[in-house]
Amino acid sequence: MSGLRLLAGPDLRTGAEGYADHVRRLGAATLAGRPLIEALVKSGLTGRGGASFSAGLKWRSVASASKGTAVIVANGAEGEPQSRKDRLLMVTRPHLILDGAFLAARTVRAVSVVLYVGEEHKAAYAAMERALAERPDAERRIARMAAAPHRYVAGESSAAVHLIDAGIASPTTTPPHPRERGVAAAPTLMQNVETLAHVALIARYGDAWYRSAGRNGAVGTLLITLAGGVNRPGVVEIEAGTTIAEAVAMAGGMSEPAGAVLLGGYFGVWIPAANAWDLPLDAEALRAGGLGLGCGVVGLLPSSRCGVCDTARIMRYLAEESSAQCGPCFFGLRALSDACSRVAERGTNRDDIARLKRWAVEVEGRGACKHPDGAVMFLRSALSTFSDEFATHPAHWRQQPA
Amino acid sequence: MHMIIDRIKCDGHGLCAELLPELIRLDDWGYPIIAGGPIPERLAPLAQRAVATCPVLALALRREARSK
Repeated sequence: MSGLRLLAGPDLRTGAEGYADHVRRLGAATLAGRPLIEALVKSGLTGRGGASFSAGLKWRSVASASKGTAVIVANGAEGEPQSRKDRLLMVTRPHLILDGAFLAARTVRAVSVVLYVGEEHKAAYAAMERALAERPDAERRIARMAAAPHRYVAGESSAAVHLIDAGIASPTTTPPHPRERGVAAAPTLMQNVETLAHVALIARYGDAWYRSAGRNGAVGTLLITLAGGVNRPGVVEIEAGTTIAEAVAMAGGMSEPAGAVLLGGYFGVWIPAANAWDLPLDAEALRAGGLGLGCGVVGLLPSSRCGVCDTARIMRYLAEESSAQCGPCFFGLRALSDACSRVAERGTNRDDIARLKRWAVEVEGRGACKHPDGAVMFLRSALSTFSDEFATHPAHWRQQPA
Repeated sequence: MHMIIDRIKCDGHGLCAELLPELIRLDDWGYPIIAGGPIPERLAPLAQRAVATCPVLALALRREARSK
């Protein structure tokens, strides 16, 4: 496994690149402050946590809200069950992430930096902690670690703020958005760890360099996790715009023929395999087609597996991961999950299919956070991709591991 | 005027739907589904009453639509 930019450098199997080696290989960043914000805006870099929002615009907004009080949160919660990219980056290139975080602190005049890492990702947590200890005093003084609980919603930005402030990783009502009022009520710049690592390189080589990678009109590189029916599941760094078929080939090809692809993880969408291969892995291009990159997971469903049963299993997980604060999410996802399970376990029936279709529309947009929205978008894509399977599903409930 | 709701506060008491069925109905679990768009002028007094009657103060009126 090797990489183009983020994962370039020493063999990834040797673990974390130390601070001295990192500085020797890449030199110091030359851009910070307003020129860095402008470079980020021009680069087209978007957030890699799932929302794909412009990094430059986010930095600009926090910079203008900050009166020397802002807080930076490097988000490495990686709660998405199929995603591995943030962990891989934290374990192998922690100083790219830290460069990005401390450049952000200088640029938006922040008083502190929080490294928010999933508590179950023990190696990543330890690697970030060790890397932080290697940084200069002035940086170490303002930074601290925070463990993200092992919950799907822990990476959601208001939940992260809530955990850091009060020890409770459940989302809060927005507005105010953390950009305006986040950790310790200060403007908070929360950015996925991969996004920060890209910033570290843009601050050295500039926005034109960033845009020099990319295919079919897309710019930059990105980390993609390949999961399910591929020969070598794991993370690859690709040029944006690379097609799903090409990314699958980089993971050693299919282990058996695939019937469908789940793009974007559990908050993503099912796509019939035949329609998936030529799709470009790029947030903007996918959005134009009504799809999304999410956190960059490409999961292949081998045709020997049952899409209905897999959907039921994932809906059960998403329902259990509701933080149980908003009625439509807590009760709605549970009801949807139960209906899916009934179809999977006891065979299809017209009432449950009708309920699934109605609830999948009614629940949307009715939570404080996007958890219910992600879950019903996933379900609606299942109902359409596996419409024949849902209509004729036998009582088999193939309980298969993820 | 738009009606906004704090989904975390809302406990599904359902009084809003009783007072303002023109704009609010309840889902299968008793939680309000609020019609999109601005509140018609003639319903403004009822909307204000629904807001004031909510036992957990989960409803509010805003000039701009900010939340569903």
